[in-house]
Amino acid sequence: METNRRSFLKAGVVGALVLAAGGGIYRATQAPNPQRFVLDGEARAALGAIVPAILAGALPAQAAERKAAIAATVAGVHTAISNLPLAVQKEVQDLFGLLAFAPARRLLTGVATSWAEAGESEVAAFLQDWRMHRLALLRTAYGALHDLALGAWYAQPASWNAIGYPGPMKELS
Amino acid sequence: MNDFIPDPIKQGIARGWRIIDGAALDADRTLEADVVIVGSGAGGGVTAEILALAGLNVLIVEEGALRSSQDFKMREAEAYPSLYQESAARQTLDKGVKILQGRTVGGSTTVNWTSSFRTPPSTLAYWRSHFGLAGFDERAMAPWFETMEARLQIGDWQAAPNENNALLKRGADKLGIPSGLIRRNVKGCWNLGYCGMGCPTNAKQSMLLTTIPSALDHGATLVTRARAERFEIKGEHVEELLCTALQADGVAPSGRVLRLRARHFVVAGGAINSPALLLRSNAPDPNRLLGKRTFLHPTLISAGIFPQRVDAYAGAPQTVYSDHFLHITPIDGPLGYKLEAPPLHPVLLSTTMNGFGADHAAMMRQFPHIAGMLALLRDGFHDESPGGAVLLKDGAGVLDYPLNDFLWDGARRALLSMAEIQFAAGASAVRPAHETARAYTSWAEAKREITALPQALHMTRVASAHVMGGCTMAGDEARGVVDPDGRYRNLANLSVHDGSLFPTSIGANPQLSIYGLSARLASGLAQDITGQPAPRPGA
Repeated sequence: METNRRSFLKAGVVGALVLAAGGGIYRATQAPNPQRFVLDGEARAALGAIVPAILAGALPAQAAERKAAIAATVAGVHTAISNLPLAVQKEVQDLFGLLAFAPARRLLTGVATSWAEAGESEVAAFLQDWRMHRLALLRTAYGALHDLALGAWYAQPASWNAIGYPGPMKELS
Repeated sequence: MNDFIPDPIKQGIARGWRIIDGAALDADRTLEADVVIVGSGAGGGVTAEILALAGLNVLIVEEGALRSSQDFKMREAEAYPSLYQESAARQTLDKGVKILQGRTVGGSTTVNWTSSFRTPPSTLAYWRSHFGLAGFDERAMAPWFETMEARLQIGDWQAAPNENNALLKRGADKLGIPSGLIRRNVKGCWNLGYCGMGCPTNAKQSMLLTTIPSALDHGATLVTRARAERFEIKGEHVEELLCTALQADGVAPSGRVLRLRARHFVVAGGAINSPALLLRSNAPDPNRLLGKRTFLHPTLISAGIFPQRVDAYAGAPQTVYSDHFLHITPIDGPLGYKLEAPPLHPVLLSTTMNGFGADHAAMMRQFPHIAGMLALLRDGFHDESPGGAVLLKDGAGVLDYPLNDFLWDGARRALLSMAEIQFAAGASAVRPAHETARAYTSWAEAKREITALPQALHMTRVASAHVMGGCTMAGDEARGVVDPDGRYRNLANLSVHDGSLFPTSIGANPQLSIYGLSARLASGLAQDITGQPAPRPGA
């Protein structure tokens, strides 16, 4: 498994081309007004798999709370992307287009199943590969996912108790 | 919302300030003024007040929105998208450096951490010897710094440093490294620690609360949520400035256009945005200098974990510094660095620190015990530190700032210095912001491991809150697009008054350098236009 995934990830230049194609195909399938970021279908499922992998150890243990925390973080990521400049939204759209496009997903992440079926350790392994990847494009994609998921979680008061942050003075906030 | 802190912006609006919200425009508009100023930050704010006091009809155009103390809720989720360029996620072209710049009325001064330093004499000396800026010595600049220090209540901080800052002093003292206390532009500060999200108590004497209200009280007009697209230039003359009105969220154009006409134009959009506007306008640039020599104070980060609570989110964010590592090598030698402490808030810390999953979560659970330290590399004084270049990508300014071995050498030394100081201050562990670093538990281990860390793009975390340069001011055309009076060369009625003028980085937090320089340039401009000596702004 590990060997196979690594051999996929050696795709290099081909991978970069798929990355570009994935974004293009994804954009072509979207409704008009392509300038604003859209999160749906497999792209949303990808984020739903990536958020718990990045926040492993930080999310609540209790199932209902955990589910709510993941949903709120996915929503927070969506909001954060919607506030970025349109040119950056397009870049992020391309990244999610890649993640949503099954051949690209298999080639560049090694995740063989749909995102809904992907295991957390499998997702964590692809994130770790992208983090250290020789292709700068994949390292920056990892960086974007890192910042979006962690930022959207720790922006929420629900995350603060576990880290001992009292939050701002209530009278002023 | 609270109703016990008066909101001077709401009061000013009630008094009849002339404010046009671009997002509320239902038709295209053409506006005229004596002087149009692009940007309401450190350079634009100071310029607006001086020109308005001189009796000129001033129009300020700002890309961000007008927010005030009632909007400042000390919450990162709201503050970053509403007050920062690109939601505080601006990056260099290769995504090697994260950049914090303000985008709101008051610019970065609304969200900075209040650190106030005069331009170091060694920096001014370098500008004189290398950029022909003969009139820029300590004595010539001192009155301008004094004026702005008085105007903005810049003074010694009376309270004790918070633990996050005290640790820098304690560790430095142990090692015999000199440190100092940072002066701040505050009045009646509550010592809350949320300067970076907009001051909720109106203590910070930012442009939002000082020069901009003064200019508006003297008849200036403020246009918000309007992006300066390009100047229409005929020959040597700027005819007008075309602006795109933005929708309420500040992201997409609303479709409305503003044409701003004036006798004179002042560009003060800050580094990156100012040169980008001039590049979009095809401003004369015979020596291909525009946008070049853009500097960042590339900043390295080290987290120390301490047995005691640090609570780095609480209290005045920056009160202690050390310039030791700026002084031990020549200014034009290997990169020197200034040491400071950053405030830590959950989003800022979690996104700055590397890694994910259980390891990252374990670090975050130590949040109250984490102290942050920053090393700001002084770039721009060496052939191998030429800065970056602003390019246009889909019309927007993007900074191409390659990170080279000369910089990585400085980064490695900076991470080592910070770890040594943190252990000397009693840290139980130190974790540099680097993809392959761990939390080291002794100085011996940290020294060995940090020395061996690969310093490379996307591996070492590099950040910047100080973008400078790109519209270099110099004594001759071969070295700078702007002359020593702040006039853009080869254009008769365009000036630049902001941090983009600096020929190098400053080697200190730049706000007071921008205030002092802009006060000098704006006073000269007021005199040129009115034929009268410029008035001095008073507090």
